[in-house]
Amino acid sequence: MLSRRVIPCLDVAGGRVVKGTRFVDLTDEGDPVELAARYAAEGADEIVYLDIGAAPEGRGTLLELVQRTARSVFIPLTVGGGVRSVREMRDVLRAGADKVSLNSAALADPTLINRCAARFGRQAVVVAIDAAREPDPVGPDRQGHWVAYARGGRDHTGLDAVAWAQRAVELGAGELLVTSIDRDGTGAGFDADLLRAISAVVPVPVIASGGAAGPDDFVRAIRDGGADAVLAASIFHRRIYSISAIKAAMAAAGLPVRVVTGQAA
Amino acid sequence: MIRIAVADYGAGNLVSIARALEVVGAEPVLVRDAEALRGTDALIVPGVGAAAPAMERLRRRALVEPIRTWIADGRPYLGICLGLQLLFAGSDEDGAATLGILGGRTIKLADAPTLPHIGWNTVEVSTEAPLFSGIASGTAFYFVHSYVAAPDDRTTVIAQAEHGSRFPAAIARDNLLGVQFHPERSGVDGLRLLANFAAIAAGTPRAGTSRTAAAVLA
Repeated sequence: MLSRRVIPCLDVAGGRVVKGTRFVDLTDEGDPVELAARYAAEGADEIVYLDIGAAPEGRGTLLELVQRTARSVFIPLTVGGGVRSVREMRDVLRAGADKVSLNSAALADPTLINRCAARFGRQAVVVAIDAAREPDPVGPDRQGHWVAYARGGRDHTGLDAVAWAQRAVELGAGELLVTSIDRDGTGAGFDADLLRAISAVVPVPVIASGGAAGPDDFVRAIRDGGADAVLAASIFHRRIYSISAIKAAMAAAGLPVRVVTGQAA
Repeated sequence: MIRIAVADYGAGNLVSIARALEVVGAEPVLVRDAEALRGTDALIVPGVGAAAPAMERLRRRALVEPIRTWIADGRPYLGICLGLQLLFAGSDEDGAATLGILGGRTIKLADAPTLPHIGWNTVEVSTEAPLFSGIASGTAFYFVHSYVAAPDDRTTVIAQAEHGSRFPAAIARDNLLGVQFHPERSGVDGLRLLANFAAIAAGTPRAGTSRTAAAVLA
Protein backbone atom coordinates (compact mmCIF):
# COMPACT_ATOMS: atom_id res chain seq x y z
CA MET A 1 0.00 0.00 0.00
CA LEU A 2 1.34 3.41 -0.99
CA SER A 3 1.86 5.61 2.09
CA ARG A 4 0.64 9.17 2.35
CA ARG A 5 3.75 11.27 2.75
CA VAL A 6 4.60 13.85 5.40
CA ILE A 7 7.19 16.33 4.15
CA PRO A 8 8.90 19.02 6.23
CA CYS A 9 9.93 22.10 4.26
CA LEU A 10 13.06 24.04 5.20
CA ASP A 11 13.55 27.61 4.01
CA VAL A 12 17.23 28.02 3.32
CA ALA A 13 19.45 30.98 2.39
CA GLY A 14 23.22 31.16 2.36
CA GLY A 15 23.44 27.51 3.36
CA ARG A 16 21.47 27.99 6.60
CA VAL A 17 17.89 27.45 7.71
CA VAL A 18 16.26 30.86 7.93
CA LYS A 19 13.01 32.21 9.18
CA GLY A 20 11.62 35.60 8.30
CA THR A 21 8.99 37.55 6.55
CA ARG A 22 9.28 37.50 2.80
CA PHE A 23 13.02 37.96 2.38
CA VAL A 24 13.42 40.48 5.22
CA ASP A 25 14.35 40.08 8.88
CA LEU A 26 15.77 36.64 8.22
CA THR A 27 17.00 34.91 11.33
CA ASP A 28 19.45 32.04 11.38
CA GLU A 29 17.74 28.90 12.58
CA GLY A 30 20.61 26.47 12.23
CA ASP A 31 22.17 23.91 9.96
CA PRO A 32 19.77 22.43 7.38
CA VAL A 33 21.59 19.11 7.31
CA GLU A 34 21.20 18.62 11.07
CA LEU A 35 17.54 19.51 10.91
CA ALA A 36 16.96 17.29 7.85
CA ALA A 37 18.65 14.38 9.61
CA ARG A 38 16.50 14.91 12.69
CA TYR A 39 13.34 14.93 10.58
CA ALA A 40 14.45 11.80 8.73
CA ALA A 41 14.93 10.08 12.08
CA GLU A 42 11.46 11.19 13.18
CA GLY A 43 9.90 9.63 10.09
CA ALA A 44 9.87 12.37 7.43
CA ASP A 45 9.16 10.76 4.07
CA GLU A 46 11.02 13.40 2.07
CA ILE A 47 12.75 16.72 2.67
CA VAL A 48 12.10 19.93 0.73
CA TYR A 49 14.59 22.80 0.67
CA LEU A 50 13.20 26.09 -0.53
CA ASP A 51 16.05 28.44 -1.40
CA ILE A 52 14.50 31.77 -0.50
CA GLY A 53 17.73 33.63 -1.12
CA ALA A 54 17.79 32.28 -4.66
CA ALA A 55 20.33 34.88 -5.75
CA PRO A 56 22.56 33.74 -8.61
CA GLU A 57 25.70 34.36 -6.55
CA GLY A 58 24.38 32.05 -3.83
CA ARG A 59 24.03 28.98 -6.08
CA GLY A 60 27.40 27.55 -5.10
CA THR A 61 26.41 27.58 -1.43
CA LEU A 62 23.11 25.87 -2.23
CA LEU A 63 24.79 23.15 -4.28
CA GLU A 64 27.27 22.50 -1.49
CA LEU A 65 24.38 22.24 0.96
CA VAL A 66 22.54 19.78 -1.31
CA GLN A 67 25.67 17.69 -1.56
CA ARG A 68 26.19 17.61 2.21
CA THR A 69 22.55 16.63 2.69
CA ALA A 70 22.57 13.88 0.08
CA ARG A 71 25.61 12.40 1.76
CA SER A 72 24.02 12.08 5.17
CA VAL A 73 20.25 11.87 4.73
CA PHE A 74 19.00 8.80 2.87
CA ILE A 75 15.49 9.93 2.04
CA PRO A 76 14.42 11.89 -1.06
CA LEU A 77 15.36 15.54 -1.34
CA THR A 78 13.52 18.15 -3.41
CA VAL A 79 15.04 21.57 -4.02
CA GLY A 80 13.02 24.59 -5.06
CA GLY A 81 13.72 28.26 -5.51
CA GLY A 82 15.46 30.00 -8.33
CA VAL A 83 15.94 27.17 -10.82
CA ARG A 84 15.50 28.82 -14.23
CA SER A 85 17.13 26.50 -16.73
CA VAL A 86 17.87 22.90 -17.64
CA ARG A 87 21.50 23.57 -16.76
CA GLU A 88 20.62 24.84 -13.26
CA MET A 89 18.39 21.84 -12.71
CA ARG A 90 21.19 19.54 -13.84
CA ASP A 91 23.56 21.12 -11.31
CA VAL A 92 21.08 20.64 -8.46
CA LEU A 93 20.40 17.00 -9.40
CA ARG A 94 24.09 16.31 -9.86
CA ALA A 95 24.71 17.66 -6.35
CA GLY A 96 22.40 14.93 -5.07
CA ALA A 97 18.81 16.22 -5.14
CA ASP A 98 16.17 13.82 -6.46
CA LYS A 99 13.68 16.39 -7.66
CA VAL A 100 13.57 20.05 -8.50
CA SER A 101 10.59 22.25 -7.92
CA LEU A 102 9.86 24.87 -10.58
CA ASN A 103 7.60 27.85 -9.95
CA SER A 104 8.07 31.40 -11.29
CA ALA A 105 10.43 30.35 -14.07
CA ALA A 106 7.86 27.83 -15.34
CA LEU A 107 5.15 30.49 -15.30
CA ALA A 108 7.40 32.83 -17.26
CA ASP A 109 8.34 30.11 -19.75
CA PRO A 110 6.22 26.94 -19.56
CA THR A 111 8.51 25.16 -22.04
CA LEU A 112 11.01 24.92 -19.18
CA ILE A 113 8.81 22.12 -17.80
CA ASN A 114 8.98 19.94 -20.91
CA ARG A 115 12.64 20.65 -21.48
CA CYS A 116 13.48 19.58 -17.93
CA ALA A 117 11.18 16.54 -18.11
CA ALA A 118 12.68 15.45 -21.44
CA ARG A 119 16.18 15.64 -20.03
CA PHE A 120 15.69 14.22 -16.51
CA GLY A 121 12.35 12.41 -16.62
CA ARG A 122 9.06 13.78 -15.34
CA GLN A 123 9.55 12.11 -11.96
CA ALA A 124 12.25 14.69 -11.23
CA VAL A 125 10.08 17.69 -12.11
CA VAL A 126 7.80 19.13 -9.45
CA VAL A 127 5.79 22.19 -10.41
CA ALA A 128 4.95 24.41 -7.46
CA ILE A 129 1.75 26.42 -7.74
CA ASP A 130 1.02 29.29 -5.36
CA ALA A 131 -2.69 29.98 -5.60
CA ALA A 132 -5.13 32.45 -4.06
CA ARG A 133 -8.91 32.41 -4.25
CA GLU A 134 -10.66 35.22 -6.08
CA PRO A 135 -14.30 36.03 -5.72
CA ASP A 136 -16.14 35.51 -8.98
CA PRO A 137 -19.41 37.42 -8.71
CA VAL A 138 -20.38 36.68 -12.30
CA GLY A 139 -19.54 33.00 -12.18
CA PRO A 140 -22.36 30.46 -12.31
CA ASP A 141 -21.82 29.13 -8.81
CA ARG A 142 -20.37 32.30 -7.26
CA GLN A 143 -17.75 30.07 -5.65
CA GLY A 144 -14.89 31.95 -7.13
CA HIS A 145 -11.77 30.40 -8.55
CA TRP A 146 -8.04 30.30 -7.82
CA VAL A 147 -5.37 32.34 -9.52
CA ALA A 148 -1.71 31.36 -9.77
CA TYR A 149 0.86 33.80 -8.43
CA ALA A 150 4.53 34.14 -9.30
CA ARG A 151 7.56 35.38 -7.35
CA GLY A 152 6.64 34.11 -3.92
CA GLY A 153 3.04 35.26 -4.09
CA ARG A 154 3.80 38.79 -5.24
CA ASP A 155 2.82 38.67 -8.91
CA HIS A 156 -0.76 38.00 -9.97
CA THR A 157 -0.46 36.06 -13.23
CA GLY A 158 -4.14 36.06 -14.14
CA LEU A 159 -3.82 32.32 -14.85
CA ASP A 160 -6.49 30.06 -13.45
CA ALA A 161 -4.61 27.84 -11.00
CA VAL A 162 -6.51 24.67 -11.92
CA ALA A 163 -5.97 25.24 -15.65
CA TRP A 164 -2.29 25.95 -14.99
CA ALA A 165 -2.04 22.71 -13.00
CA GLN A 166 -3.44 20.74 -15.94
CA ARG A 167 -1.15 22.50 -18.39
CA ALA A 168 1.90 21.86 -16.18
CA VAL A 169 1.12 18.14 -16.07
CA GLU A 170 0.58 18.01 -19.84
CA LEU A 171 3.98 19.65 -20.24
CA GLY A 172 5.68 17.06 -18.04
CA ALA A 173 5.28 17.83 -14.34
CA GLY A 174 5.51 14.58 -12.37
CA GLU A 175 4.13 16.10 -9.18
CA LEU A 176 2.39 19.30 -8.14
CA LEU A 177 3.14 21.19 -4.95
CA VAL A 178 0.04 23.26 -4.31
CA THR A 179 0.27 26.11 -1.81
CA SER A 180 -2.71 28.15 -0.73
CA ILE A 181 -1.55 31.74 -0.34
CA ASP A 182 -4.75 32.47 1.59
CA ARG A 183 -3.95 29.82 4.17
CA ASP A 184 -0.16 30.01 4.29
CA GLY A 185 0.97 31.07 7.75
CA THR A 186 -2.58 31.36 9.08
CA GLY A 187 -2.95 27.97 10.72
CA ALA A 188 -6.45 27.79 9.24
CA GLY A 189 -5.80 24.40 7.67
CA PHE A 190 -4.97 23.41 4.09
CA ASP A 191 -7.38 24.64 1.41
CA ALA A 192 -9.12 21.32 0.74
CA ASP A 193 -11.34 22.86 -1.98
CA LEU A 194 -8.31 24.02 -3.94
CA LEU A 195 -6.60 20.66 -3.48
CA ARG A 196 -9.72 18.79 -4.56
CA ALA A 197 -10.19 21.01 -7.62
CA ILE A 198 -6.66 20.15 -8.75
CA SER A 199 -6.29 16.52 -7.63
CA ALA A 200 -9.57 15.64 -9.35
CA VAL A 201 -8.26 16.69 -12.77
CA VAL A 202 -4.61 15.56 -12.81
CA PRO A 203 -3.16 12.01 -12.67
CA VAL A 204 0.03 13.00 -10.83
CA PRO A 205 0.46 13.14 -7.04
CA VAL A 206 -0.53 16.43 -5.39
CA ILE A 207 1.38 17.74 -2.38
CA ALA A 208 -0.68 19.98 -0.08
CA SER A 209 0.95 23.07 1.38
CA GLY A 210 -0.03 26.18 3.33
CA GLY A 211 -2.03 26.45 6.53
CA ALA A 212 -1.23 23.36 8.58
CA ALA A 213 -1.94 23.82 12.26
CA GLY A 214 -2.67 20.36 13.58
CA PRO A 215 -3.06 16.66 12.77
CA ASP A 216 -6.68 17.03 11.62
CA ASP A 217 -5.56 19.40 8.87
CA PHE A 218 -3.26 16.73 7.43
CA VAL A 219 -6.04 14.17 7.49
CA ARG A 220 -8.48 16.54 5.75
CA ALA A 221 -6.00 17.54 3.04
CA ILE A 222 -5.75 13.88 2.09
CA ARG A 223 -9.29 12.69 2.71
CA ASP A 224 -11.18 15.77 1.48
CA GLY A 225 -8.55 17.35 -0.76
CA GLY A 226 -7.35 14.16 -2.43
CA ALA A 227 -3.73 15.08 -1.68
CA ASP A 228 -1.10 12.38 -1.87
CA ALA A 229 1.32 14.13 0.47
CA VAL A 230 1.32 17.00 2.94
CA LEU A 231 4.00 19.58 3.45
CA ALA A 232 4.49 21.86 6.44
CA ALA A 233 7.19 24.01 7.97
CA SER A 234 6.55 25.97 11.13
CA ILE A 235 4.59 23.37 13.10
CA PHE A 236 7.60 21.07 12.80
CA HIS A 237 10.31 23.72 13.23
CA ARG A 238 8.64 25.14 16.33
CA ARG A 239 8.16 21.61 17.63
CA ILE A 240 4.41 22.12 17.98
CA TYR A 241 3.96 18.62 16.58
CA SER A 242 6.52 15.98 15.76
CA ILE A 243 6.32 14.18 12.44
CA SER A 244 5.65 10.94 14.26
CA ALA A 245 2.71 12.52 16.12
CA ILE A 246 1.21 13.70 12.82
CA LYS A 247 1.69 10.25 11.34
CA ALA A 248 0.10 8.59 14.36
CA ALA A 249 -2.97 10.78 13.91
CA MET A 250 -3.10 9.99 10.20
CA ALA A 251 -2.85 6.27 10.94
CA ALA A 252 -5.61 6.57 13.55
CA ALA A 253 -7.79 8.16 10.84
CA GLY A 254 -7.22 5.10 8.67
CA LEU A 255 -4.64 6.60 6.29
CA PRO A 256 -1.64 4.47 5.26
CA VAL A 257 1.60 5.92 6.64
CA ARG A 258 5.13 4.67 6.87
CA VAL A 259 6.07 4.02 10.46
CA VAL A 260 9.73 4.42 11.26
CA THR A 261 11.16 2.19 13.92
CA GLY A 262 14.77 1.91 14.91
CA GLN A 263 17.42 4.50 14.34
CA ALA A 264 17.83 7.28 11.86
CA ALA A 265 19.15 6.94 8.36
CA MET B 1 37.05 -3.78 1.19
CA ILE B 2 34.42 -4.72 -1.36
CA ARG B 3 34.67 -2.46 -4.41
CA ILE B 4 31.34 -1.78 -6.09
CA ALA B 5 31.26 -0.18 -9.51
CA VAL B 6 28.46 2.33 -10.09
CA ALA B 7 27.75 3.05 -13.73
CA ASP B 8 28.07 6.81 -14.24
CA TYR B 9 26.27 7.50 -17.50
CA GLY B 10 24.38 10.64 -16.61
CA ALA B 11 21.14 9.06 -15.36
CA GLY B 12 20.58 8.90 -11.65
CA ASN B 13 21.53 10.21 -8.26
CA LEU B 14 25.10 8.98 -7.90
CA VAL B 15 25.92 11.06 -4.84
CA SER B 16 23.38 9.18 -2.74
CA ILE B 17 24.30 5.73 -4.06
CA ALA B 18 28.04 6.28 -3.60
CA ARG B 19 27.58 7.62 -0.10
CA ALA B 20 25.15 4.83 0.86
CA LEU B 21 27.74 2.25 -0.26
CA GLU B 22 30.37 3.94 1.91
CA VAL B 23 27.99 3.86 4.87
CA VAL B 24 27.54 0.08 4.49
CA GLY B 25 31.30 -0.44 4.31
CA ALA B 26 31.83 -0.82 0.56
CA GLU B 27 34.01 1.29 -1.71
CA PRO B 28 32.06 2.90 -4.55
CA VAL B 29 33.88 3.21 -7.88
CA LEU B 30 32.19 5.52 -10.38
CA VAL B 31 32.57 3.87 -13.77
CA ARG B 32 32.46 5.87 -17.00
CA ASP B 33 34.11 3.29 -19.23
CA ALA B 34 34.79 -0.43 -19.38
CA GLU B 35 38.36 -0.03 -18.22
CA ALA B 36 37.21 1.30 -14.85
CA LEU B 37 35.32 -1.94 -14.17
CA ARG B 38 38.60 -3.77 -13.75
CA GLY B 39 39.19 -4.87 -10.17
CA THR B 40 35.66 -4.26 -8.98
CA ASP B 41 33.56 -6.91 -7.25
CA ALA B 42 30.07 -5.91 -8.20
CA LEU B 43 28.22 -3.54 -10.51
CA ILE B 44 25.30 -1.24 -9.80
CA VAL B 45 23.46 0.30 -12.72
CA PRO B 46 21.21 3.10 -11.42
CA GLY B 47 18.98 5.26 -13.53
CA VAL B 48 15.82 7.27 -13.75
CA GLY B 49 13.97 8.59 -16.75
CA ALA B 50 13.29 7.02 -20.10
CA ALA B 51 14.95 3.96 -21.64
CA ALA B 52 15.97 5.31 -25.07
CA PRO B 53 18.21 8.17 -23.85
CA ALA B 54 19.67 5.89 -21.17
CA MET B 55 20.60 3.22 -23.73
CA GLU B 56 22.05 5.93 -25.95
CA ARG B 57 24.26 7.21 -23.13
CA LEU B 58 25.39 3.67 -22.22
CA ARG B 59 26.33 3.15 -25.87
CA ARG B 60 28.21 6.42 -26.02
CA ARG B 61 30.27 5.31 -23.00
CA ALA B 62 30.78 1.89 -24.65
CA LEU B 63 29.30 0.24 -21.57
CA VAL B 64 26.64 -1.95 -23.23
CA GLU B 65 28.88 -4.91 -24.14
CA PRO B 66 30.85 -4.83 -20.88
CA ILE B 67 27.56 -4.93 -18.93
CA ARG B 68 26.36 -7.91 -21.01
CA THR B 69 29.64 -9.71 -20.45
CA TRP B 70 29.60 -8.92 -16.75
CA ILE B 71 26.17 -10.48 -16.39
CA ALA B 72 27.00 -13.43 -18.68
CA ASP B 73 29.94 -14.16 -16.40
CA GLY B 74 27.58 -14.40 -13.45
CA ARG B 75 29.09 -11.43 -11.66
CA PRO B 76 26.99 -9.58 -9.05
CA TYR B 77 24.76 -6.97 -10.71
CA LEU B 78 22.18 -4.74 -9.09
CA GLY B 79 19.92 -2.71 -11.34
CA ILE B 80 18.10 0.13 -9.62
CA CYS B 81 14.84 1.40 -11.16
CA LEU B 82 15.75 1.95 -14.83
CA GLY B 83 18.80 -0.27 -14.24
CA LEU B 84 16.33 -3.11 -13.59
CA GLN B 85 14.08 -2.26 -16.53
CA LEU B 86 16.98 -2.14 -18.99
CA LEU B 87 17.59 -5.87 -18.40
CA PHE B 88 14.50 -6.73 -20.43
CA ALA B 89 14.08 -6.74 -24.20
CA GLY B 90 12.38 -3.42 -24.70
CA SER B 91 10.36 -0.61 -23.19
CA ASP B 92 6.80 0.37 -24.01
CA GLU B 93 7.61 3.89 -22.81
CA ASP B 94 9.47 4.93 -25.93
CA GLY B 95 9.80 1.69 -27.89
CA ALA B 96 13.51 1.48 -27.10
CA ALA B 97 15.27 -1.85 -27.49
CA THR B 98 17.04 -2.53 -24.20
CA LEU B 99 19.64 -5.10 -23.09
CA GLY B 100 17.47 -8.19 -23.62
CA ILE B 101 19.23 -10.23 -20.95
CA LEU B 102 15.92 -11.29 -19.40
CA GLY B 103 12.82 -12.19 -21.42
CA GLY B 104 9.97 -9.73 -21.13
CA ARG B 105 9.30 -6.02 -21.49
CA THR B 106 8.89 -2.84 -19.53
CA ILE B 107 5.23 -1.87 -19.51
CA LYS B 108 3.14 0.96 -18.10
CA LEU B 109 1.92 0.33 -14.56
CA ALA B 110 -1.71 -0.68 -15.06
CA ASP B 111 -4.71 0.79 -13.21
CA ALA B 112 -2.57 3.14 -11.11
CA PRO B 113 -4.63 5.74 -9.19
CA THR B 114 -1.75 8.21 -9.59
CA LEU B 115 1.14 8.26 -12.05
CA PRO B 116 4.06 8.56 -11.67
CA HIS B 117 3.98 6.15 -8.73
CA ILE B 118 5.89 8.29 -6.24
CA GLY B 119 6.43 7.54 -2.57
CA TRP B 120 6.96 4.84 0.00
CA ASN B 121 5.21 1.59 -0.76
CA THR B 122 5.25 -1.72 1.06
CA VAL B 123 7.11 -4.58 -0.53
CA GLU B 124 6.07 -8.20 -0.14
CA VAL B 125 9.06 -10.45 -0.22
CA SER B 126 7.95 -13.77 -1.62
CA THR B 127 10.99 -15.95 -1.22
CA GLU B 128 14.02 -16.40 1.00
CA ALA B 129 16.14 -13.95 -0.97
CA PRO B 130 19.61 -13.04 0.35
CA LEU B 131 19.04 -9.49 -0.98
CA PHE B 132 16.25 -9.07 1.60
CA SER B 133 18.07 -10.78 4.45
CA GLY B 134 16.97 -9.16 7.74
CA ILE B 135 14.26 -7.11 5.98
CA ALA B 136 10.71 -8.07 6.90
CA SER B 137 8.11 -8.58 4.22
CA GLY B 138 5.84 -5.51 4.33
CA THR B 139 8.72 -3.05 4.72
CA ALA B 140 8.26 0.24 2.80
CA PHE B 141 10.74 1.42 0.15
CA TYR B 142 10.79 4.60 -1.93
CA PHE B 143 9.51 4.30 -5.52
CA VAL B 144 9.58 6.83 -8.37
CA HIS B 145 8.45 5.41 -11.71
CA SER B 146 5.57 4.95 -14.16
CA TYR B 147 6.75 1.78 -15.91
CA VAL B 148 7.37 -1.68 -14.51
CA ALA B 149 9.08 -4.89 -15.57
CA ALA B 150 6.91 -7.67 -17.00
CA PRO B 151 9.23 -10.68 -16.92
CA ASP B 152 8.40 -13.79 -18.98
CA ASP B 153 9.86 -15.90 -16.20
CA ARG B 154 7.74 -15.14 -13.14
CA THR B 155 10.04 -17.21 -10.94
CA THR B 156 12.59 -14.38 -11.12
CA VAL B 157 10.22 -12.12 -9.14
CA ILE B 158 11.38 -12.17 -5.50
CA ALA B 159 9.30 -9.24 -4.24
CA GLN B 160 6.14 -7.47 -5.32
CA ALA B 161 4.40 -4.17 -4.62
CA GLU B 162 0.96 -2.87 -5.50
CA HIS B 163 -0.26 0.47 -6.84
CA GLY B 164 -3.50 -0.16 -8.69
CA SER B 165 -2.02 -3.47 -9.83
CA ARG B 166 0.73 -5.73 -8.57
CA PHE B 167 4.16 -5.45 -10.13
CA PRO B 168 7.69 -6.79 -9.55
CA ALA B 169 9.50 -4.78 -6.85
CA ALA B 170 12.59 -6.96 -7.11
CA ILE B 171 13.90 -9.69 -9.38
CA ALA B 172 16.73 -12.18 -9.01
CA ARG B 173 18.38 -14.81 -11.17
CA ASP B 174 21.43 -15.99 -9.29
CA ASN B 175 23.73 -12.93 -9.03
CA LEU B 176 21.62 -10.88 -11.40
CA LEU B 177 19.49 -8.64 -9.18
CA GLY B 178 17.21 -5.69 -9.72
CA VAL B 179 14.97 -3.48 -7.64
CA GLN B 180 12.29 -1.12 -8.90
CA PHE B 181 12.56 1.09 -5.79
CA HIS B 182 15.49 3.26 -4.69
CA PRO B 183 17.41 1.65 -1.80
CA GLU B 184 19.67 4.72 -1.62
CA ARG B 185 16.57 6.79 -0.78
CA SER B 186 14.82 4.27 1.47
CA GLY B 187 16.33 5.04 4.85
CA VAL B 188 17.79 2.28 7.06
CA ASP B 189 16.00 -0.51 5.21
CA GLY B 190 17.49 0.63 1.92
CA LEU B 191 20.94 0.71 3.48
CA ARG B 192 20.39 -2.81 4.79
CA LEU B 193 19.51 -4.00 1.29
CA LEU B 194 22.69 -2.42 -0.10
CA ALA B 195 24.67 -4.07 2.70
CA ASN B 196 23.13 -7.39 1.66
CA PHE B 197 24.20 -6.74 -1.92
CA ALA B 198 27.74 -6.00 -0.73
CA ALA B 199 27.69 -9.29 1.21
CA ILE B 200 26.56 -11.15 -1.92
CA ALA B 201 29.43 -9.50 -3.81
CA ALA B 202 31.88 -10.50 -1.08
CA GLY B 203 31.04 -14.14 -1.71
CA THR B 204 31.91 -13.90 -5.43
CA PRO B 205 35.38 -13.70 -7.03
CA ARG B 206 36.63 -10.37 -8.35
CA ALA B 207 36.27 -8.99 -11.84
CA GLY B 208 39.34 -9.32 -14.01
CA THR B 209 39.59 -13.02 -13.26
CA SER B 210 37.04 -13.80 -15.93
CA ARG B 211 38.32 -14.63 -19.39
CA THR B 212 35.41 -13.09 -21.23
CA ALA B 213 35.71 -9.88 -19.22
CA ALA B 214 39.44 -9.78 -19.87
CA ALA B 215 38.84 -10.29 -23.58
CA VAL B 216 36.39 -7.39 -23.73
CA LEU B 217 38.64 -5.11 -21.74
CA ALA B 218 41.73 -5.96 -23.81
